[in-house]
Amino acid sequence: MAKGTNDAQLLIQSLRKAYAATPTTLKIIDLYVVYAVATALIQVAYMAIVGSFPFNSFLSGVLSCVGTAVLAVCLRIQVNKDNKEFKDLPPERAFADFVLCNLVLHLVIMNFLG
Amino acid sequence: MAQSKVEGSSSLRHAFGGVLSVFILLLIGVVAFSIRLFSVIKYESVIHEFDPYFNYRVTQFLSKNGIYEFWNWFDDRTWYPLGRVIGGTVYPGLTLTAGTMWKLANSLNIPLSVETVCVFTAPIFSAFAAWATYLLTKEVKGPGAGITAAAILAMVPSYISRSVAGSYDNEAVAIFALIFTFYLYIKTLNTGSLFYATLNSLAYFYMVCSWGGYTFIINLIPMHVLLCIVTGRYSSRLYIAYAPLVVLGTLLAALVPVVGFNAVMTSEHFGSFLVFIIIHVVALVYYIKGILTPRLFKVATTLVLTVGVAVCAVVVAILIALVASSPTKGWSGRSLSLLDPTYASKYIPIIASVSEHQPPTWPSYFMDINVLAFLVPAGIVACFLPLSDASSFAVLYLVTSVYFSGVMVRLMLVLAPAACIMSGIALSEAFGVLTRSIKFHITKYFECSHTEAPAKSGESTSAESSAPLENMMKSDTTEKSEVVKKEKVSRRKQKKEKELTENAPVKPVSAKKEKRPLVLPLEASIVSVFLLIVLGGLYVLHCVWAAAEAYSAPSIVLTSHSHDGLHVFDDFREAYAWLRHNTEVDDKVASWWDYGYQTTAMANRTVIVDNNTWNNTHIATVGTAMSSPEKAAWEIFNSLDVKYVLVVFGGLVGYPSDDINKFLWMVRIGGGVFPHIKEADYLRDGQYRVDAHATPTMLNCLMYKLSYYRFVETDGKGFDRVRRYEIGKKHFKLTHFEEVFTTHHWMVRIYKLKPQKNRIRGKSRKSKLGTKSTSSKPGGVTRKNPWN
Repeated sequence: MAKGTNDAQLLIQSLRKAYAATPTTLKIIDLYVVYAVATALIQVAYMAIVGSFPFNSFLSGVLSCVGTAVLAVCLRIQVNKDNKEFKDLPPERAFADFVLCNLVLHLVIMNFLG
Repeated sequence: MAQSKVEGSSSLRHAFGGVLSVFILLLIGVVAFSIRLFSVIKYESVIHEFDPYFNYRVTQFLSKNGIYEFWNWFDDRTWYPLGRVIGGTVYPGLTLTAGTMWKLANSLNIPLSVETVCVFTAPIFSAFAAWATYLLTKEVKGPGAGITAAAILAMVPSYISRSVAGSYDNEAVAIFALIFTFYLYIKTLNTGSLFYATLNSLAYFYMVCSWGGYTFIINLIPMHVLLCIVTGRYSSRLYIAYAPLVVLGTLLAALVPVVGFNAVMTSEHFGSFLVFIIIHVVALVYYIKGILTPRLFKVATTLVLTVGVAVCAVVVAILIALVASSPTKGWSGRSLSLLDPTYASKYIPIIASVSEHQPPTWPSYFMDINVLAFLVPAGIVACFLPLSDASSFAVLYLVTSVYFSGVMVRLMLVLAPAACIMSGIALSEAFGVLTRSIKFHITKYFECSHTEAPAKSGESTSAESSAPLENMMKSDTTEKSEVVKKEKVSRRKQKKEKELTENAPVKPVSAKKEKRPLVLPLEASIVSVFLLIVLGGLYVLHCVWAAAEAYSAPSIVLTSHSHDGLHVFDDFREAYAWLRHNTEVDDKVASWWDYGYQTTAMANRTVIVDNNTWNNTHIATVGTAMSSPEKAAWEIFNSLDVKYVLVVFGGLVGYPSDDINKFLWMVRIGGGVFPHIKEADYLRDGQYRVDAHATPTMLNCLMYKLSYYRFVETDGKGFDRVRRYEIGKKHFKLTHFEEVFTTHHWMVRIYKLKPQKNRIRGKSRKSKLGTKSTSSKPGGVTRKNPWN
């Protein structure tokens, strides 16, 4: 048991050390993802308390959070310099795609929000 | 110097190839359009069948009243007295597309009528579908395979059957949307670009708008993602291709009123959500694997597994309890009948009765996809050499569509593009190999020094691929093994040639094992090429024959060839025109649900039930009325405010799809809701007959009487040309109905409900008043009053 906790502690330490080595831009994107997911969870908790009456509003709210999180993760994948597959992709193009997709997503959200 | 000259000539060849492919694709589009015009030439530019008439009526409404009225339209001329919410129950893609085309044409001052646009929508979109197939197959294998697949799809009879000029149904645009969505998915998978992922979601939205078969896409793509993960092909491109599609696609699907919240609540979509969660877990695992050392990663996995399995078990248990609590486990009836083919026949006779929902027969495979049926296995093998994400998707698409086409004949349509892609790949591979061997011989003939040429090859096939290569040409070439060895040699020789039939990503291989070049005789490859061309020619011949003879019947106009020329049966339109001109605008017409759409569109009268078949009880009411004796039927129809009853009768001319042949379905559906209708009452010893041996229930039911009233007057004996015997009850009178119209060939017969008598005479007054003493009629027989 002690070995288990020891291992867990070692694991967390090494994870923390490895994560600290990532560049700041990626860390900002990660923070954005965490924020979006947290907002989604807050919305789900609110729905659990208050009830889901305008279901389309709930759906569009949650899916917009999840959608921006997913798109931010895609951006992070494309901008990450460790990814060999995307080394030819200029980060400006990646960001432009990200903005376009977000535009479409939020257009749909606003239509569906009711 | 020589290098630039080689590059110059290869770029010229590129340019020439590009122009040639554009020209070929244009021709393919023209072929796809023209082959579907047979019905317009043979008959006229008319809408076919039943469902297209509803779509045509909706498009007319849209063009006349605009889009806001269309979204809010409540149709009170159908399903009387319930009505139907058109805006919320129709898939708007087709009507919006045709409406847009009509508006565009008219704004450019090209005066096309709505009917013309509707009739020609399907051929135009089939040309688009052929081009989309080119794009998709180009992503899977290369431009040569793309062109072949496009040419095959332009003519495949299965697709023609649902997209002739005049067949204005959802599949006309839906198949194009399907192929285009798959193309964008594969493009995103190959390039990893978020731009194509956005386009993919928008194309999926168009597909959801067009057809209920969109559930095929939203289940096939997650299956493919799962397959890639399980076979170790996970990459970040897969994540980019799948995750945005799920979120954006679900939202867009929920936007369409027909789907609405079903996009998140029905089991058809749960697969995509499950795989969404799985791909996130896998992405996280790969990320952590990337930043940890291997030993620590092992520790992490053991820790996560012990905790994670416990949590997963709890979550799965909750999910199962939730899903099991609904009787159909959350699936809709139609989807369930796809997974369990016997479900519909046991529980939902309406779904089972539609002829398009029956399983196909073996010959229909050969009729519908012809030569492709045995080119497909060759294509499957070609997809494995080499296996890429895109080719694994093509194989998965083919396998699932083969299964579903075996369940329902209507879904052969989904099999058609998959079969075309596979056969395009197979044919292009075959041509590639054979032409390369021919080129090898020709170059050998003109050059002497080829043995010391450096072994720089363009392909990345390895030695192990020789075994599956042997199976590749099993369809039509004679010398198999020599072709295999020939291919390896000829691949080495093509370093100077830029092939348009490139069939794998080009990866320069520096060292290659020197194999002894085995030469296929020039004659064999020339003969094989010739045979392949003959095969293609036979395929084209069959497709044109199928389009001209089998699939171009508008089914609203029938023809037959007799000894004195062509005989045209235009009875349906005659009957609808009579209804339109000789009845009041608010009169209700009752018939079997097959004719509902045509009646509302052409006769412009309110109907009781139509082809939408959304209310089983209402249909069962009409079915019960048709199966009951006259008085009971009159009561039922009177309660529904019906004025006219329409039956289709084919006994005089031999038209086999008439109401007497469909009658048992009326009994079954009616009996499903009203238990006093029992199918056994209408069958004599389990056999359905209407001759002298028929049961009295059958001979007294409304359908029999309305079909055969005065039939004996035509030939004196009452010989039914469809059933091929004389009918049972020949001379009878109708008491509650009166005949108002019968068409020229007796195919459609219209009856009017007789109004209830005002005066009640005779003995029956006793039963009405009860206490008064009888004053019986002096002598004679008391006439039985039919209204009691």
